[in-house]
Amino acid sequence: MCTVCGCGSGETRIGALGGGRPTGGAHPRPGTTLAWRPLGEPAAAPATPPPAPPRAPDTTPGHHHLDFGSGPAHAHAPGLSQVQMLRIERDILGKNDARAAENRTWLAARGIFALNLVSSPGSGKTSLLVRTLQLLGGRVPAAVIEGDQQTEFDAERIRATGVPALQINTGKGCHLDADMVARALPRMELAEDSLLLIENVGNLVCPAAFDLGEAHKVAILSVTEGEDKPLKYPDMFAAADLMLLNKVDLLPYLAFDAGRAIDFALRVNPRLRVLRTSATTGEGLDEWIAWIEAGLAAARARRAASAHA
Amino acid sequence: MHEMSLAEGVRTIIEDAAAANGFRSVRAVVLEIGELAAVEADALRFCLDVVLADTVAAGAAIEVETVPGAGWCMDCAQAVPMRELHDACPHCGGYRVQTTAGREMRVKALEVD
Repeated sequence: MCTVCGCGSGETRIGALGGGRPTGGAHPRPGTTLAWRPLGEPAAAPATPPPAPPRAPDTTPGHHHLDFGSGPAHAHAPGLSQVQMLRIERDILGKNDARAAENRTWLAARGIFALNLVSSPGSGKTSLLVRTLQLLGGRVPAAVIEGDQQTEFDAERIRATGVPALQINTGKGCHLDADMVARALPRMELAEDSLLLIENVGNLVCPAAFDLGEAHKVAILSVTEGEDKPLKYPDMFAAADLMLLNKVDLLPYLAFDAGRAIDFALRVNPRLRVLRTSATTGEGLDEWIAWIEAGLAAARARRAASAHA
Repeated sequence: MHEMSLAEGVRTIIEDAAAANGFRSVRAVVLEIGELAAVEADALRFCLDVVLADTVAAGAAIEVETVPGAGWCMDCAQAVPMRELHDACPHCGGYRVQTTAGREMRVKALEVD
């Protein structure tokens, strides 16, 4: 967005009433997007274009843009020699990613296979988890972290299966982060070579960006949602390694084209693995359990290998 | 609203830099945001206004440099530009394109005094 008058925009796009996207200007150009104004000038748009300072050519096409940021190190307003540019080059999510790496090391040292389950609210995550834990039937030690803004309802549903569950309430937060999980892990007395299922806050947007230290993100898309969801919310499907197309028992009653939904998901993420599941009829759950058991075996093998190294 | 968490990440980076370099104030924050990154730049600006108040960067200009998206078409075996995560390869029209650039979310530089 332009800091002179607020014109222009980022990636928020508001379509035209008759459909379609507005053309031109709505998409960010590559490179520097912001025009600089000399310090000390009022933030409000001047009635007349400000005079260009010497040796600072106006490189931005268009109306009143004055690009003072095109010089070396964005050196702009002349006469402000005490101002200096400090190169930082740090990832905004660096702190979360570092914490997630610690979690990953902690889990790997114990041979724990951790999954981060992400989806919209109401996709059937908790029902699927309950059914999964019943099918594993204590063959594999398992534990669950439940993320929700409020209440302990989901953790209670998990505990009814006999599996320990820890509820994280994020309050107003829209996602779990690596620090929340780091604080939860030592409280859980997790067994070696066990399965840790982390049910993230029901939200198809925000949890995509936050690594928790899991082995895989598993995205759950239910057939009662739109088949175009992978295109509408691409970040989550791009971040996931496995997609469970859930509630497939309802397909005969819906106009949902499963093939199209899977095709859309693969457009966003060509490496995505897809399984069709139903917690109600048990369809596809054998494959899902087999996928989990393969991951458990790999985590166990890695721990054994590093223990002997 | 995960932009608030991202804004807090920016604040932490600025506070760390202030402790290490001892500057008095930040006039501008230069961010590098990929075209395909999971963040909305305008929402992040809004959150930064709130989160940076009462810090050395209160009132700092927020400059966003956009990093163009790019991918690798597995069928054509070549690099291709990407504007969206679901873009098709411009050469073969296929969708077996893996993202290789454009997901950056970085604090690139601070203008300080």
